[in-house]
Amino acid sequence: MKYIEPHAHMVSRTTADYEAMALAGCQVISEPAFWAGYDRSSEQGFHDYFSLLTGFEPQRAAKFGIKHFTWMCINPKESEDVGLANAVIDLIPEFLKCDNVLGIGEIGLNKNSRNELGVLERHIAVADEHDQLILVHTPHLEDKLKGTKLIIDALKNFPNIKPERVIIDHVEEHTVAPVKDAGFWAGMTLYPESKLTSRRAIDILEKFGTDKIWMNCACDWGVSEPLATPKAARMMAQRGHSEKMIEKVFFDNPRDFMAQSPKFEI
Amino acid sequence: MENDSPSAVNLVDLDFMDARARLLDVASFLDRVERAGQMDDYRVDALLKAIPLLQNAGPDRAAEILLSLSDPSDEPIPEAHTKGAAGAFSGNS
Ligand SMILES: [Zn+2]
Repeated sequence: MKYIEPHAHMVSRTTADYEAMALAGCQVISEPAFWAGYDRSSEQGFHDYFSLLTGFEPQRAAKFGIKHFTWMCINPKESEDVGLANAVIDLIPEFLKCDNVLGIGEIGLNKNSRNELGVLERHIAVADEHDQLILVHTPHLEDKLKGTKLIIDALKNFPNIKPERVIIDHVEEHTVAPVKDAGFWAGMTLYPESKLTSRRAIDILEKFGTDKIWMNCACDWGVSEPLATPKAARMMAQRGHSEKMIEKVFFDNPRDFMAQSPKFEI
Repeated sequence: MENDSPSAVNLVDLDFMDARARLLDVASFLDRVERAGQMDDYRVDALLKAIPLLQNAGPDRAAEILLSLSDPSDEPIPEAHTKGAAGAFSGNS
């Protein structure tokens, strides 16, 4: 089965993971910028990270026949140092010119703080000014509901931001409706522990339909599963879903969203 | 279903054993915590309050449990002092 992995942090993964994903049929990976597991001490650290995402990582992916795209931002987990966040946001426009950069992401909220919200709004303004796609991270667990509502309100405050050019990721059963009702795309992240499972993600598809929604593994430096996405596709088949519907969710949908950027090509 | 309907599969055959095992894990977690005298933790309390929602009618039990574990407030907090989340709302947002 050919598929697209629309959210994976490959800088944290090995070539064995790339090989396994290629063997499972992965054609394209999109890699949002994220928190490294520790706070970076200066904007120079981000400059180096962005250079890795736009230079070396696509080369690494290409060795396995996979096209690599990426997204630029400072993660909400590093938003309490507003001075650093602003310095990093100032670096972003230069990197938006790179061939494999599709937009701004993964921006959003983590603990729903005022500074996180301010940094989110600055990122949305950059996307607005440079006409970029947006990939949004929503908070986890008890913070997700409130954070998702705050994010939707923040996005709506920018009248030029079209909801069909924004994907709000990590939705669950209690947040998928407000995201889809407002016209945004929804991402479902599959976790081996603690959060959304493949079974539940397929339940959400069955209840809310397969339009403007994708699944991803969001594999990173933590316990995570780079093959969660194709495994969920297999589970959909076990649950009696047609090949056509599986292809829509795992290939057509992520392609259609990302192809709104002129840089996306397969 | 707005797109297409899955062909008939016996979902009980497919997932009953997994659901059974997870239910027993919840029961033995509560037994273990009680033996250790740790039942007064707000997270355990949140779990106990969520369990009756399994008996609700209608296919929205997962969403209802998630809502019961969520921070219900609307305003941003003044400052984040931690990066992690606990899985249940402590009462302070
Ligand atoms: Zn991520």
